[in-house]
Amino acid sequence: MSVANRPVHRPLSPHLQIYRPQLTSILSILHRATGIALAVGALYLALWVMCAMSPAAYAHFQSFNTSLLGRFVLGGWLFSAFFHLCNGIRHLFWDAGYGFELKDAYRSGWIVVGVSLVATIVSWIVGLRLI
Amino acid sequence: MTDRRTPLARARGLGSAKEGVHHWWMQRLTAIALIPLVVWFAISLVMLSGADYQVVRAWIGSPLVMVMLILTIGIGLHHGQLGMQVVWEDYTEGAFRVVMIVLTKFLAVLFGLGAIVAILRIGFGG
Repeated sequence: MSVANRPVHRPLSPHLQIYRPQLTSILSILHRATGIALAVGALYLALWVMCAMSPAAYAHFQSFNTSLLGRFVLGGWLFSAFFHLCNGIRHLFWDAGYGFELKDAYRSGWIVVGVSLVATIVSWIVGLRLI
Repeated sequence: MTDRRTPLARARGLGSAKEGVHHWWMQRLTAIALIPLVVWFAISLVMLSGADYQVVRAWIGSPLVMVMLILTIGIGLHHGQLGMQVVWEDYTEGAFRVVMIVLTKFLAVLFGLGAIVAILRIGFGG
C-alpha cells in the first residue's frame, strides 16, 4: 500500500470530546429541544380543553397540574414557549436575510436569553407561584 | 412536442422530497401566526392560574376566546407536527421513521379535532 493510499484516522467532525460549546450552538440545540417539548405540550393543551367539558375530568386534570410534578411540567412549558417564541423570531429574521454577522448573531442570541428568562420568571411568579 | 420550458422551470419546486418549499413555507407561515397567539395564550394562562372550573369554562366559552383558542391549538399542532416530521427525518430511518411521521400527523389531527369539538361544545352549551 502506497503512502498516499494508507487510511488516515483523523478525528471525525464535530469532535464532541474537544468541542467548545458556544452560545449559538447551545441556542440552536435548545430551540429543537423546546420545540419537541412544545409539540408534546400542544397535545397537553388540547387535552386541557377536552377535560374542561366535564367537572370530574377537569378536577382530575387540575389535581395533576397543582402537584409538584405538574407545576414542574407547566413551568417547563412556559419556559419552552417563551424561549421558542423569542428564538423563533430570531430565526425568522435570519430567514429574511438579516442578522447573519457573527456579532449580530451573538447579540440577538443574548437578547433571546434575556427576554425569555425574564418572561419565564415573571410568569412563574405571577402564574405558578413556584418561587 | 418539444418541451418549451426552461431548465430552471423544470427544476423549480423539485427538491429531494419532490415537493418544493411547501413544508418550509408552511412552517414559517404558522410560526408568524403563532407569535401573537402564543403571547395571548401565555398571558391568559397566567391570568387564569388559580381560577376554578366555572371561571375556566366560562372563559373558554366566550366567543373571542373560542376563536383564539381554536386558532392557537390548530395552528400550534400544525406547526408542531411539521417540526416533529423534521426531527424524525433527521434522527431516524427506514420503516420506523415512516411509522413515527404518520403517527405524529394522526395524533395532531386527532387531538386538534378533539379540542375543537370540546371548545364548540363548551361555547354552545352541550
